Amino acid sequence: MSVLPRAAQPFVTFPALLRANGFAVAPEQTATFLEAVGLLGPRSIADIRRAAHATLAPPPDRRAAFDALFGVHFLGEMEEGEALGEPDDETVRVQEERAGGAEPLVSDEVNEAGKDATAVEALSVRRFGPASDHEVLRRFARAAPAHLPRRPGYRRMRARRGEYFDTRRTLREAVRNDGDVMTLRRLKRRLRQRRILLLIDVSGSMKERTEQHLRIAHALAHAVERIEVFTFGTRLTRVTRAMRLKNRDMALAATSSIVSDWDGGTRIGEALQAFLSVPRFAGYSRGAVVLILSDGLERGDPAAMREAVTRLSRLAWRVSWLTPLAADPNFTPQTEGLKAILPLVDDLADGSSVAAVCAHVLALESKRAA
Amino acid sequence: MSPRGQVVGIDSPEALERALRSAFYLADDGLSTAAYLALALGKPLLLEGAPGVGKTEAAKAIAGVLARRLIRLQCYEGIDASTALYEWNYPRQMLAIRQAGDQPVDIYKDEFLIERPMLAALRAPEEAVLLIDEIDRSDHEFEAFLLEFLSDFQISIPERGTLRAHERPVVILTSNRTRELHEALRRRCVYHWIDYPTPDREARIVMMRASSVAEHTARAVVAAVGRLRREPLTKPPGVAEAVDWAEAATLLHQRGARWPDAFKRAIGVALKDEEDLTYMSGRLDQILAEAAA
Repeated sequence: MSVLPRAAQPFVTFPALLRANGFAVAPEQTATFLEAVGLLGPRSIADIRRAAHATLAPPPDRRAAFDALFGVHFLGEMEEGEALGEPDDETVRVQEERAGGAEPLVSDEVNEAGKDATAVEALSVRRFGPASDHEVLRRFARAAPAHLPRRPGYRRMRARRGEYFDTRRTLREAVRNDGDVMTLRRLKRRLRQRRILLLIDVSGSMKERTEQHLRIAHALAHAVERIEVFTFGTRLTRVTRAMRLKNRDMALAATSSIVSDWDGGTRIGEALQAFLSVPRFAGYSRGAVVLILSDGLERGDPAAMREAVTRLSRLAWRVSWLTPLAADPNFTPQTEGLKAILPLVDDLADGSSVAAVCAHVLALESKRAA
Repeated sequence: MSPRGQVVGIDSPEALERALRSAFYLADDGLSTAAYLALALGKPLLLEGAPGVGKTEAAKAIAGVLARRLIRLQCYEGIDASTALYEWNYPRQMLAIRQAGDQPVDIYKDEFLIERPMLAALRAPEEAVLLIDEIDRSDHEFEAFLLEFLSDFQISIPERGTLRAHERPVVILTSNRTRELHEALRRRCVYHWIDYPTPDREARIVMMRASSVAEHTARAVVAAVGRLRREPLTKPPGVAEAVDWAEAATLLHQRGARWPDAFKRAIGVALKDEEDLTYMSGRLDQILAEAAA
């Protein structure tokens, strides 16, 4: 930093400010940004703004937030003039304005929750009773590998009957036979299982179902190759590793010690946004089967929920919202949150029993074909 | 492989904008800046936007301005290296082996290599613009594979070794944003989100593309199209639809249809979805009347 000329400082600190506000900016983008600004002159603030848009690549739906930060960072400084040397003050101020002291929603396995827990959260550890629906889960685990949604992979594999000719192998064999083709070899595309992403609502309104849902998650985690499991209520917790434990009681015990927001309030929108704002997590939903086990009773802002589900549906192969309320055949969504997301999800289905959820998961592949 | 430096005659975004205009493409400040930066920095240009805002047209215009051949790679689900990079011409190799008889024969010569778009662009970077169209349709494996190509501009062919571009080719990627692209891909590119043009700019685009269209027709069409885009349609009309609509209405008008009537009868070239037409049927007359006024 010290080797940079003073005038270049704001351009280097701007990406840092963006990062602090949840934009993904790589160091090489900062370098490109500097280079671009140099190339353009810059003759005006508009040049800098356009260079920032082109090189720092804010997602279109967050363009307004990006422009606001840009305004504060560059235009605010220009008015004050002298403040150029201390861009760090600026950064902190914006963070305070933007983040507003809200506690971080994300935690990965280790949850340092306690210190910034709010009063509304009921932090507790829950014990799980003996197994029920045992037989359903066992059958599900057996049926799952054959019936889960698959996608054609990038690689091809040898096959007796396939849609592609393996001209390469055929030629190799022909070379061995002085140029005579004895058999025409074939290839087909390898099928890969789509990743399954389970988002489990552990808030107070889902209290009776949570245990069942975690059992389903455990059965799935051992029946399929690729799966990620998260719980959400007032915060978001990744529990995939706990779910990997083979013994179910141990897995559930491990989960219950990691998750700290059992039976609290529900902020679905914010929890999903937190999920999407971590690139590593958001990547799990790419092309995946997303199953959200929740009643959709949102205490926060339905607009946030809507926006998060929109983004999720763009990333995912299929988004299913499984709600216990849908067990009633005459069910129509009543809450504002559910109505808002209805056009965005692919299925709104029954999530009232283990059997219903299992049946839905297994039917996904054929539904897509229909 | 050095950065491109300046392209002859184009030394500022404004110069590029003028050049694009002479190639019949009206670019706004953001697009001309992003395109200029991409050329000057030797980075790929990633254009995102709703269908029909002119992403592919922009790539064609840039190729035209640079007087280069446009090599287009249309992406689809399941696209793989043999369609994007290269393929050996196996039947010809087979024939060569047969013909050679007892003589040794090199079946990995150039004449047996089928160039696919990416290899073609790599081998002649100074005379081609590579357009990777609708990247959002491809699988994410292909996207990851593209990352490698776009950062080093090299391709490995096991039988031949690694081929490297002697200068950075001009690469333009487009995406309809039906899904989000990897951050890493966006990071390597100069990015621009193409929005629908402002009514004024769109009217000028319509008149430039369809010279027979009168100004009041263009303005009426653009007003109506702008109104339709605010509706929750499955296929909102793009810029191309606006041009078609203006042309169709003008044609009908010249053949004797009365003006607002011609305007209305040509709706089929703008709204091409049965559900959209049904959805709009009640209010369409009013919207068109307002737009034509």
